Amino acid sequence: MIKMKDVYKKYANGVVAANGLNVRISPGEFVYVVGPSGAGKSTFIKMMYREEKPTSGEIYVDGTNLATLKNREVPFVRRKIGVVFQDFKLLPKLTVYENVAFAMEVIEAPSDSIRDRVTEVLDLVGLKSKSRMLPTELSGGEQQRVSIARSIVNRPKVVIADEPTGNLDPETSWGIMNVFRDINEQLGTTIVMATHNKDIVNRIRHRVIAIEGGLIVRDEAEGVYGYEI
Amino acid sequence: MCGTKRKGYTAMKFRTLRRHFRESFKSLGRNGWMTFASVSAVTVTLLLVGVFVAIMLNLNKIADDLEHDVEMKVYVELAADEASTTALEDQIRETPGVAEVIYSTRDQELDQMIRDFGEDLKLYEQSNPLREAFYVKASDPQQTAKVAQTIDEYPNTYEVVYGEGKVEKLFDFLNFGRNAGLILILALLFTAMFLISNTIRITIVARKTEIGIMKLVGASNSFVRIPFVLEGIWMGILGSIIPILVVVFGYLEFYDYAEPRLRGEMIQILAPVPFLYIVTGILFFMGVFIGMWGSFMSVRKFLKI
Repeated sequence: MIKMKDVYKKYANGVVAANGLNVRISPGEFVYVVGPSGAGKSTFIKMMYREEKPTSGEIYVDGTNLATLKNREVPFVRRKIGVVFQDFKLLPKLTVYENVAFAMEVIEAPSDSIRDRVTEVLDLVGLKSKSRMLPTELSGGEQQRVSIARSIVNRPKVVIADEPTGNLDPETSWGIMNVFRDINEQLGTTIVMATHNKDIVNRIRHRVIAIEGGLIVRDEAEGVYGYEI
Repeated sequence: MCGTKRKGYTAMKFRTLRRHFRESFKSLGRNGWMTFASVSAVTVTLLLVGVFVAIMLNLNKIADDLEHDVEMKVYVELAADEASTTALEDQIRETPGVAEVIYSTRDQELDQMIRDFGEDLKLYEQSNPLREAFYVKASDPQQTAKVAQTIDEYPNTYEVVYGEGKVEKLFDFLNFGRNAGLILILALLFTAMFLISNTIRITIVARKTEIGIMKLVGASNSFVRIPFVLEGIWMGILGSIIPILVVVFGYLEFYDYAEPRLRGEMIQILAPVPFLYIVTGILFFMGVFIGMWGSFMSVRKFLKI
């Protein structure tokens, strides 16, 4: 599903954020990406949906090489990838329903299928009753559910989540993790999640990729968090 | 197979276009104050442009009127007989750059002089000392001096007068006025564009996150841009309404006041039709263009995500 081969990334300010990354993630996997701040975790994640471009190396997502992808082709690859952010990134002036529908309007889906599908995913994340509310009227956990609903509405093969529980209290975080589990188990969607949440990584066991200094220093199936922070 | 696929594609595009229109209208309301700011900027600038264009076009008309009043007078040699006078007339008519030739007999010349300078001159009716004359207008008034020189060379031409010096000064002054007006209008247009694209840019910067999110969920550049550009067009049109009304009704008032007072004068102001249609068209399309261009340029910066 995702394959990285000798990926290097050097930013304009001289920081090397990826120093030869090699990784292979199979369809249907659930992967945690852990590591201290500034270790290259974010870059690793961002390169998977082409917010950052590698300086050299190859990144394949569902068979497309993102390293050589032309700018105008980027939108079409992004439609196969759902992205969830720490700060939710919802459009503040659109309702819950409109925020989710937006991702389908963008790919020019027929309006009747938009209606059915949006209702379906809002039901899946447990927010069907709040579809007419604005993001500001929701709690953080609910906003993150909207953002997850938006990320899966186009049936992507991969969902990439960058610290999805970073802004949430522990209780709410468990709820969000249940949503991700459902997506992974019921829909078979590959999930790559960068996280600092030790409890979650240690209790819901999945593959763990640890990144330090732009390198993968540990890659274990059913791994643990392994940092004392 | 291919046909059905195409059909689906077109239908989809139409739906998307409808969505863009709907979004652009909604967005005007959602970003109420930003819309107000942009529309106000368009209104103020177009108001200035409209008033200025109306003044400039009228000054231009007055300059044309003054120019077309310039004519030269060709005096015929006293010795010339009827045949050679006719020959001279034909020669003048065929001169390149001559628009109009009016013949005046010696008696007509004297009558004119008596009218201009008084009954005292009536005593010359016994023995008229004046010459026959042609009143000649150049098709391009600014070429009057050149045409006068050519005619001066013809046999049987005694003298050509056209108010040397005075006419050149008038032309210099009118040309200066025209160029200055043109430069001022261009400067005003440039300022307007700058002002409005800046205002629109501020409204778009406020929506930077929105554009970023659009791009991250897989929106193509044109999908992001079209609603913004449409929104810019609506703002431009909204902004042109007040200036158009002010210029149209203001000019009608002014025309009603000024036209009777200028009746029979050498200079005239422009009639409301088609003048006001032209100004309305200029303001409307400037509004559309400014809004469109401003949005297009401003949104471009944020598409590189």
